[in-house]
Amino acid sequence: MEERGKRSFWEVMDDIDRRIIFVILGVVVAIPLLISVGSEIPPTAPVISAHESVETLEAGDYLMVSIDFDATSAPELMPMLHSVLRQAFEKEVKVVMLGHIAIGLPLGHAALEQIAAEYDAEYGVDYVDLGYRPGYIAVMIAMGREIEDIFGTDYQGTPIREMPITKDLHSYSDIDLLFGFEHGAVIDYWVRYAQARFDQRMTFGTTAVMAPDAYPYLQSGQIEGLVGGLKGAAEYETLIGQPGLGTRGMPAQEWGHLLVIGFIVMGNLGYFFTRRKRKAAGGAA
Amino acid sequence: MGSLGIMIGTWLAGFLTLAILSFLYKDNPFYKLAEHVYVGVSAGYWLIYVAFFDVEPMLVETFMTETGLERWILLVPAALGVIMLSRWFPKIAWLSRWPIAFTVGVGAGLGITANIQGYVVPQLQATLLPMTGFNLVSLNNLVLVVGVVTTILYFYFSKPHKGVLGWAAKVGIVFIMISFGASFGYTLMARISLLIGRLYFLFSDLLHVID
Repeated sequence: MEERGKRSFWEVMDDIDRRIIFVILGVVVAIPLLISVGSEIPPTAPVISAHESVETLEAGDYLMVSIDFDATSAPELMPMLHSVLRQAFEKEVKVVMLGHIAIGLPLGHAALEQIAAEYDAEYGVDYVDLGYRPGYIAVMIAMGREIEDIFGTDYQGTPIREMPITKDLHSYSDIDLLFGFEHGAVIDYWVRYAQARFDQRMTFGTTAVMAPDAYPYLQSGQIEGLVGGLKGAAEYETLIGQPGLGTRGMPAQEWGHLLVIGFIVMGNLGYFFTRRKRKAAGGAA
Repeated sequence: MGSLGIMIGTWLAGFLTLAILSFLYKDNPFYKLAEHVYVGVSAGYWLIYVAFFDVEPMLVETFMTETGLERWILLVPAALGVIMLSRWFPKIAWLSRWPIAFTVGVGAGLGITANIQGYVVPQLQATLLPMTGFNLVSLNNLVLVVGVVTTILYFYFSKPHKGVLGWAAKVGIVFIMISFGASFGYTLMARISLLIGRLYFLFSDLLHVID
């Protein structure tokens, strides 16, 4: 214990207990969340492109929304889902929801019902939830031929030919835009099967972890826009003029990033300044 | 009753959130409980969803209502699915190779064409960029082309990385490191976003200290 008391500042920096870091990070993220409501975030080009892809839709056009995430990614993807649905219902675009992650689809359905209620949209007329079918590649390819072959009924078991919104819906040629919300590799399958084979227009919202993997599709023009992580969600909220959790979370996000950068710098400096002492003690440099 | 149910659900979610976060201090029974609840609920939910939203309407009901070939063809995937369960019985476990072979064959067939058509060719096309004149677009295109070529050269191991190849590989490493840095930055953003989501839930839905 006496030895620990003699440690220099840089030795302490080089060996901070991770639990102290967790507590500091928690406090630094919590305080801005408590005292700040956030402000508008200047949108970047990929998010502007995503917003414009939905803006090109006209009343009565079809927007297919794919829920390819679950609760583990909801804090990032739900804010952007809310924004896209608000934009769609505002433009009186017909929303067709489906999903490839069974456990995540109820989250998407709850958001759909919530936003639809804000705009007095009617189920089966203005929006529909087709539900989940296993085997996403088979589902994607089959939808290029005939959607009814895969989704004969909606999530409640109502035949899709009995609902006004889906009675004439047959394939990707009837879908004006696909907007996928992705936390995994499903985005690759959407691009490789629905876009490459059937030339389906598509835009994606992804978790921040997935965003770097999705940028090549944006650069190649295979997808029209990309909303990455909570920051992307905040930018989208700015574009539709309705701030939400994305905007609210940005101050906390910024302070959290600054703290981590600070820890990285201090940890590296601590490592650098204590290296000679460790070498002298016979330890690894 | 509805509001009581929401209140109980909110408090339960709050407890499970704190139980999961308690792992940051050290492993403990509350964390174990929350983890097991999550795994159990996820598995149970998925099973019910597949049984009642897929197997029942797409297999059982369709079999009862369809006629002719459309009906009997359903027995093929049904049989393959049942045969897959033979892995539980060592004596007939070899039967499971048939559905696995079918799955692998279909997956490989679809994957090869999809990767070439939907990934390799479009990405190659996107790398063939014009560099006309001294402007930012040309500079951006030049950086992209140099990045692609040098990164590929870094993974060329048939010759020693010496001379021109060595320098190109070193430039490739720089691009790879920048890529790793971007991925790390995005990952950090994602993890803090998750923390924000949970803290927002605790402050807003559970404690009502923010709107």
